[in-house]
Amino acid sequence: MDESIVDQLARDGERSQSPTSIVETDRLTVQFGRQTILKDISISVPRGQTVAIIGESGCGKTMLLKSIVGLLKPTSGSVRFDGQDINLLNDQDMTATRKRLGFVFQNAALFDSMTIRQNVEFPLKQHGVPKGKQANRLIVDRLAEVGLPSNVMLKKPAQLSGGMRKRVGLARALILEPDLLLYDEPTTGLDPIMSDIINELMLRTRKRYPVTSIIVTHDMHSARKVADRIIMLHPFSRLKSGESQVLFDDVPEMLDKTRDRRVKQFVHGEAGERLMEMLLTKNDGDLETPNLYDSIRRNEGEGE
Amino acid sequence: MATDPYVHSETLQGRIMKGLVRVTNAWGGVAVQGILTLGDISLFTLQMLRWMVTARPKRETLMPNFYSVGVLSLPVVALTGTFIGMVLAIQSYHQFKSIGMETRLGAVINMSLVRELGPVLAATMLAGRVGSAMAAVIGTMRVTEQIDALVSMGANPIHYLVVPRFMACVLLIPALTVMADFMGIVGGYFYSVIVLGVDHAQYLRNSRDFVGSFDLFSGVFKSVFFGAVIAIISCYRGFHCQPGADGVGRAATAAFVQSFVMILVLDIVLNLFLDAIYFTIWPSGAKLF
Repeated sequence: MDESIVDQLARDGERSQSPTSIVETDRLTVQFGRQTILKDISISVPRGQTVAIIGESGCGKTMLLKSIVGLLKPTSGSVRFDGQDINLLNDQDMTATRKRLGFVFQNAALFDSMTIRQNVEFPLKQHGVPKGKQANRLIVDRLAEVGLPSNVMLKKPAQLSGGMRKRVGLARALILEPDLLLYDEPTTGLDPIMSDIINELMLRTRKRYPVTSIIVTHDMHSARKVADRIIMLHPFSRLKSGESQVLFDDVPEMLDKTRDRRVKQFVHGEAGERLMEMLLTKNDGDLETPNLYDSIRRNEGEGE
Repeated sequence: MATDPYVHSETLQGRIMKGLVRVTNAWGGVAVQGILTLGDISLFTLQMLRWMVTARPKRETLMPNFYSVGVLSLPVVALTGTFIGMVLAIQSYHQFKSIGMETRLGAVINMSLVRELGPVLAATMLAGRVGSAMAAVIGTMRVTEQIDALVSMGANPIHYLVVPRFMACVLLIPALTVMADFMGIVGGYFYSVIVLGVDHAQYLRNSRDFVGSFDLFSGVFKSVFFGAVIAIISCYRGFHCQPGADGVGRAATAAFVQSFVMILVLDIVLNLFLDAIYFTIWPSGAKLF
């Protein structure tokens, strides 16, 4: 770990000795128009823990992740990061908070027009720490930590494979040594070997840095291997009245002991007759990811 | 079989009413959507202006945009200007010759170019070459979560993506317009004097007598607004791009079409405004400089 950055951040007073939970959501509700995606989600992630969020496509996992990082404004409820409601922060405090967050996007979301070096360097430039040779050494180190040689630095993202791009995304998210690291489907679209490499990198990252991780994934193997705790969300539209959207919240070992049929089906990858009937007979569109694009844009527009 | 005329009449009336309601709903929906979009673009512009005055854009974001808008657009703008100057000469020559006024070609060609065709064509080429690209690039960044990545790393996408593009368009379109004017004048002169044999001295004297500095000023003045509208509409369309390749394509097309329409609308409004100023200050039509 690079001491100078830690010192610098500590000097800024940004690694506060705060509550045990680094992230807490309190009755978090996200709606787009008339469609409810998340309803009354209350979860708490203790410092240093790795939490995997699993669930069907369209159940709101990514929305939860984006709400935590402040990319989406909740309809109601709150998201607290280190004790502060992130939706009440002013621009300056929000920027300072984002310095402590790392986000690994599903398809890495590397900037096409920049080289790999410029991509990894971006958060450093954005927050002004550090510069020159120190920055260069950090970039080389982070790339090495994710198994990428320094000769990729001058390449553009389009010249790399999917797995390499995800590793660059991880290096970029790690460059400022964040307190909280959010992964959006880190193993999706990768072959089993590369998926395992990403899993190992997530484990190593946790050992190397005092980082809390939230991983959204469909990959049960990955969730079991990496997570200390697994939370399963269920699509709000298919809940019975009074039911919680959080179907499961426990250590991975308990997944095999749960009695909830929906959790069992998901864990074993079985659609089940009832779901197939809903899909084929009732043509239930909620079984697929809803097209919320316009609504999300409007929501983001309000937030800007 | 006998039918009740009243029932028939009610049905007909009902149908007409339903039709009217449907048409009103449809047009009302279009109007509401239009107003919402206009409001949205206004807010987008205000945010952009706020970021422009409160935080200086970084050199590394400005320079690539300046290069793309200014340097890379120069050849196409110059080429367009040259050909339009020559086409004007071809189109006007016979009409002017039939009334023995072919030496006035210089005045007509040059006046048309500096007041109207130069700025409008430079802006059109910019909308096609740069505006569509802006919408496509920002749209692709939107659908591939690159804009979310910017935000998550503490950058404001409007400050980072829109402000440099806006500044590049607004600051460099006057230079492109002057280039289009100049090359058009050269093209017109070449075709009129060298190819069609119009008297060189007369051509130049008429150009000098009829085209004043105010004409050049009005063209350049209008171009600043054209540049602003191209940048705002193109960036807005990119930001509100629908998902997928189709969405990006639509955003790029919409950026060009809407920019072009707005250029024409602004052209009329600004011409009326400039004429009103000109004739208020110089009622006899005196030259500004």
